[in-house]
Amino acid sequence: MSTLLYTSLLGLCCMLAEVLNLRKLLVPLVIIGLSFIFWVNFQEWNTPSDLTIGPVSLANMVMFDHFSIAFSGLAIIIAILLFILSANYYSNEEKNLSDYLSILIFALVGALVMFSFANLAMLFLGIEILSISIYIMAGSRRFDKRSNESGFKYFLMGAFASGFLLFGIALVYGAAGSFEFSKITQYLNSSDIHPMFHTGVLLILFALLFKVSAVPFHFWSPDVYEGAPVLITAFMSTLVKVAAFGAIYRLFNTAFVGIIPFTEPILYAVIIATLFVSNAIALQQQNVKRMLAYSGISHAGYMLIAILSMINKTDDALYFYSVSYAIATIGLFALVISTFKSNMSEQFEAFNGLSKKNPFAAAAITIFLLSMAGIPPLAGFFGKYNLFSEAVSAGYINLVIIAVINSAISIYYYFKMILAMYTKPADEKPLVITGSYWTVAVICLLLTIIIGVVPDSLMQLLR
Amino acid sequence: MMTIYILLLPLLASLIALAAGNKFASRLALFFSAAELLLTVYAYIIFTKEGYAPFAIQHAWISSPSISINMGVDGLSLLMVILTNLISPLIILSAFNRNIENASRYFALILFMQFAMLGVFISFDGLLYYIFWELALIPIYFIALNWGGKNRVAVTLKFFIYTLAGSLLMLVGFIYLYWKNPNHTFNWHELSALTNVCSCDQSWLFWLIFIAFAIKIPIVPFHTWQADTYSESPTQGTMLLSGIMLKMGIYSLFRWLLPIVPAGVAQWGPLALTLCIIGVVYASVIAIMQGDLKRLLAYSSLSHVGLIAAGVFVLNSSGMQGAAVQMLAHAINVVGLFYCADIIINRTGTSNLYLLGGIRNVAPRFNTLFMIVVLGSVALPLTNAFIGEFLLLFGVYTYNTWLAVFAGLTIILGAVYMLRMFQITMLGNTSEHTAQFNDLSINESIVLGTIAILIFVTGIYPKPIIELVQPTLEVILNKALIK
Repeated sequence: MSTLLYTSLLGLCCMLAEVLNLRKLLVPLVIIGLSFIFWVNFQEWNTPSDLTIGPVSLANMVMFDHFSIAFSGLAIIIAILLFILSANYYSNEEKNLSDYLSILIFALVGALVMFSFANLAMLFLGIEILSISIYIMAGSRRFDKRSNESGFKYFLMGAFASGFLLFGIALVYGAAGSFEFSKITQYLNSSDIHPMFHTGVLLILFALLFKVSAVPFHFWSPDVYEGAPVLITAFMSTLVKVAAFGAIYRLFNTAFVGIIPFTEPILYAVIIATLFVSNAIALQQQNVKRMLAYSGISHAGYMLIAILSMINKTDDALYFYSVSYAIATIGLFALVISTFKSNMSEQFEAFNGLSKKNPFAAAAITIFLLSMAGIPPLAGFFGKYNLFSEAVSAGYINLVIIAVINSAISIYYYFKMILAMYTKPADEKPLVITGSYWTVAVICLLLTIIIGVVPDSLMQLLR
Repeated sequence: MMTIYILLLPLLASLIALAAGNKFASRLALFFSAAELLLTVYAYIIFTKEGYAPFAIQHAWISSPSISINMGVDGLSLLMVILTNLISPLIILSAFNRNIENASRYFALILFMQFAMLGVFISFDGLLYYIFWELALIPIYFIALNWGGKNRVAVTLKFFIYTLAGSLLMLVGFIYLYWKNPNHTFNWHELSALTNVCSCDQSWLFWLIFIAFAIKIPIVPFHTWQADTYSESPTQGTMLLSGIMLKMGIYSLFRWLLPIVPAGVAQWGPLALTLCIIGVVYASVIAIMQGDLKRLLAYSSLSHVGLIAAGVFVLNSSGMQGAAVQMLAHAINVVGLFYCADIIINRTGTSNLYLLGGIRNVAPRFNTLFMIVVLGSVALPLTNAFIGEFLLLFGVYTYNTWLAVFAGLTIILGAVYMLRMFQITMLGNTSEHTAQFNDLSINESIVLGTIAILIFVTGIYPKPIIELVQPTLEVILNKALIK
């Protein structure tokens, strides 16, 4: 509860900082504030409010159980790492800094709501708080045509998805007579369920699949990723994705328990389409951001496997995958942003000969890519392993075989970057990596390796 | 603890070599791999006295899914450990006095590779084994990528994706068995004693697991990566691939296929055996037609390992003994052959057979040692390959006479392509490429001399090898024959 309040307060304070002329200190203050919030969140772990334990807060609007606290912790850490990057990223845009930072903090608030809602209205609020912040940030380069296109496209498509979501919620309300999880579950347990309810669930599912950019709701993602400022791309590919998956899992695990058999064929088809389409298109990309967009879509495909096999209580697998995916992505972005800046290019050529210019950066990028591809003993391997294992246990072995084949295909485009770094001749432009980028890259590198070698405690967190 | 020391010494050495800088890396690498060899000899002595017990390690790693650091050696594992640690110093020594850029990284990767392969051989937990199996792919990929020939980029990528795809399928198979196991572990002893996996399931599990090994060995028709990768890799990379890494595949047939899915082996083993034999003949015929030295050796290796893999699938004790003996013999011979090829290519600048000739006239010492290695690999009596090949062919013969007839062609065809190669490169008159051929340097003489000695020693007295592996092979054979 206090996590949510403090984060909102931090966002407000951040806006006030503009008045007090504290711009120089803003980033460190925000990071300290978020660290404090992380600590508060950590304290709540031992006293979770749960449907089974005690009263649900705020008129059954939100519920802070271990699931929401764990995911909130992850979201806060993602935010901290990205804010460290923002210190250098916005170094020559001091004028708008406090606005940018407060908008991003509100995006975090949206994510926190998406992990802890206990009421469909809150789900909608959370998604909107998150999305509107990101719409603004995607278009935040006002004089850059592509950034404008990106923000506008994301907003238009997102508005449609929100429409779907609202309509779906309305239908579910019409059938169940309530927004509350407990009432909806009661309704589901009753014998006759109105077809309206199923339609509503489907619409909600489609809206959420849009947010995670699963095929066939993915068309916005490459364009938006490409046009948005890189740091915002990093936000979208980590925070937004993790938040959306947290929301899907929570919704289907608490409100719509037992509806999975109904959505199973749809999810099954979506996963197969997501994996094949994203990987096939990623193979042909020349632009690194677009490649990462498609790779992000394929990761969404893997994470949907956890939703499909939810019957096994896969939140731990989903959480582990989210952690490993997020840290590898952020670490990769930290180095990719530097490379883009040094070379003024976002194509694969920007990475040519990086191993000669900066062997450590090349090795780190290689490790992040290998982790994303799921090569042991890095964090990404256990992420994939857990998902596959749960899916096999739930009886989806054919799906897992398709998933591993796609895993092998993905090597091809990840290695395109590695090959550019290790086999192409270097150009003259030196690679400048400033302090904050290094800090984030090294933190993520260590986490990727450590989580891969001793994954146990993270795996047991939600068990 | 012994097992841990053997495993971690190469990893430590790899880090030290990386830190030591280009100048000292090679000597440090040699020093550590020699120390590792001594440690292995010590382990062998302990093993002969006290058996498995001192080597077993059981340590919790991940509680659920239940994955433990479960390591140990039995006879077969120890043979593979000896093989790895015997070949590695030779491989490192063979890189001396060659101009290698970034030598410290090169030797660090070789030692890291040694570490990963040792891990494969001593792991008794399925997932741990899988992790080492994948880990071994990374260093060899970068060795071939950074120090390889002209087409290395495309060739190594194909190799990587091909082998990775196979291993991922194996992982799916293991996960399925994990859930079938009532205790939910990857423990080899439990997985190999499962009784609740019906033969209908084993039928497809066989293919999931077998394809991973068939790609690694490689067995025809999964071999398409092999010749290109062998010829594009730097010599040490080729030696690692052909000398040790493909033995990972054969070892895994013994350890992770036969006892795990016996009913699957009963159903599909004959087909796999036929593929192996087809590979023997097919690769021999291609080898006869080759005009490129490294490709010729690549296909000869393909033919030899086809026969070794066949020995595993005949499911009788002489075939399996032959496979075990021949694994060691093939490792020694193929490293020797690729080293000779490296010496020739390094001095003449060409690997085209038809530009060579007459080397015997200018380099008598090289001629003698090369001759010994060639005779070893055509399985002349008293050389190491003879025992192995005899046992293998006898095993195949016991299984089916007709298959043995085709497999037996390897003796004739092998002699044809090997002696043809020797004749074209060494005999006749010198060409412009070979006229200035210097005889062996001291380092080179040590490597080839050691190999020659090993060829004769293991050929004349193979008894310790057979005694070492026999108990393990019996255990595996018994498990494989229970359906």
